[in-house]
Amino acid sequence: MKKQLKGKVHKFGNNISTDLICPGKYFHLRSDIKKLAGHTLEDADPEFIKKVQPGDFVVAGENFGCGSSREHAPLIIKESGVGAVLAGSFARIFFRNAVNIGLPVMELDTSGMESGDELLIDAESGKVKNLSKNTELTATPLTGVMKDILEAGGLKEYVRKGL
Amino acid sequence: MKQTLTEKIISNHAGRKVKAGDIVFADVDRAFVQDGTGPLTVKVIKEMGKGLNRPERKYFFLDHASPSSKSELSDAHKVLRDFTSSTGAVLSDVGKGICHQIVAEQYALPGELIVGADSHTCTAGGIGAFASGFGSTDIAFAMATGKLWLKVPPSIKVTLTGKLPERVSAKDLILTLIGRISASGATYRALEFTGEGVENLSVESRLTVCNMVIEAGAKNGVMPADDRVSEYIERERGCKVDFERLRADEEAEYESEITIDLDNLEPVAAAPHSVDNIKKLDDLEKENIKVDQVFIGTCTGGRIEDLEAAARILEGKKINPSVRFAVCPASEKVFMDALEKGLIRIFTESGGFIVTPGCGPCVGIQGGVMGKGEVCLSTANRNFKGRMGCPESDIYLASPQAAAASALEGKIVSPLNAG
Repeated sequence: MKKQLKGKVHKFGNNISTDLICPGKYFHLRSDIKKLAGHTLEDADPEFIKKVQPGDFVVAGENFGCGSSREHAPLIIKESGVGAVLAGSFARIFFRNAVNIGLPVMELDTSGMESGDELLIDAESGKVKNLSKNTELTATPLTGVMKDILEAGGLKEYVRKGL
Repeated sequence: MKQTLTEKIISNHAGRKVKAGDIVFADVDRAFVQDGTGPLTVKVIKEMGKGLNRPERKYFFLDHASPSSKSELSDAHKVLRDFTSSTGAVLSDVGKGICHQIVAEQYALPGELIVGADSHTCTAGGIGAFASGFGSTDIAFAMATGKLWLKVPPSIKVTLTGKLPERVSAKDLILTLIGRISASGATYRALEFTGEGVENLSVESRLTVCNMVIEAGAKNGVMPADDRVSEYIERERGCKVDFERLRADEEAEYESEITIDLDNLEPVAAAPHSVDNIKKLDDLEKENIKVDQVFIGTCTGGRIEDLEAAARILEGKKINPSVRFAVCPASEKVFMDALEKGLIRIFTESGGFIVTPGCGPCVGIQGGVMGKGEVCLSTANRNFKGRMGCPESDIYLASPQAAAASALEGKIVSPLNAG
């Protein structure tokens, strides 16, 4: 995982479900993550996938990733080039899945962030600088086994390393 | 240390007494995947370089695309069939039914710890198990090692009093609760149901309630197992089982407490596009909302008691000709029971059609995909935008009784006023 992340904000609202992130109508594409990633967040913002640049951030309000347990939701966000997801809060399964597959997820107050803002994130300290608004916030740090898993690069690597 | 029911079950699987906030590697009694999450689990198990721990307690359900509607899905099914035949894990093939229904009917036991790569795994809490949903990689870990790490959740105590009135169902109970605490009101928490109201609920109703605790963000929902659970198991599996009657300690610590009087519940619906957007059906009825499709089915609305309740309203009547009416029994067993009780004839004669047991319409894969500008009244658990295959359609969630009454009227109505 990269220590310093820099990119632009793509802002979403509250209760962004895994159906909005990874629509069920593309169920048949789940074995082809690259193709499925072409539909990332399509039902929340059909233009997102055209706008997103490598290293950009998905930023949302409360309860991001609610609903289905499909791990394809964080997988295609990662595949679309997103550097991290920032939200006021996350649904439990999405948060765990993201850590397991090595997609950085950060919980903090996102109310002051807007689409187009440029952020500089220090992954280790959890510090998030909004370069456009000249503000700084710190995300709730990961602890315990979740921190070990993310540091190993995901659950697969954690198992492989015999942790 | 006084413990909640969830703390007791996890303690029994962690080899020590635990309390909320503890992190443990717990022993897993049963783990399962479905055809949407399973192929990724298989890939990860292989990449981890592991086999299966106790394969006879690992289940692979082909239920979401049941039967397959696309060649890519048939390929995914083949991955799971090949993997189960080479490892000795249990395969539940197309047409057998929805994973959560079969886990409850055939496998789950009170006090067990059950994990599944499907968010509605919490359903088995209605049997008295700790059951929770995870992603494909976590389940790969559980299948390979027989363990999974868990943070012991704090519990919210939900005391139920009284008894459900006529034409008011378990769906009205759980929707009312979600409306009260919001779609994230129980995130990371256990919802522990207790009180005489639980004893008055059938096991089918308990499963319906526990199925939807995830719609409030909960990690699990659990109800203490009693005689009704042992009768249910005997009826469904044809054998008696003994189990310990685990109960929460009287002075267990709860994060908060809620009481719901079943006698005073009214028929409600979740209006688009979130499960906590709860409206009284009496009020919705005044809005004259025309329905294009009515769907009775799923892991929270397709059990035998759901089909019976709907059929009682539909018997001898015809649905409104502008409505498509899909009925999908939650499992092959439910389908056979419905056949025997004459319910399939009632649905068909009323103008409905039967969909192969599985998840199909609820997840927008097949069997009742919505079109632009259409409205569906469904007994499912999610009304998220796009859920049934079309982001420009509206989904209302309600009880089987409300679904039957609305199919007759061609618009959303309260089952207390119509049918």
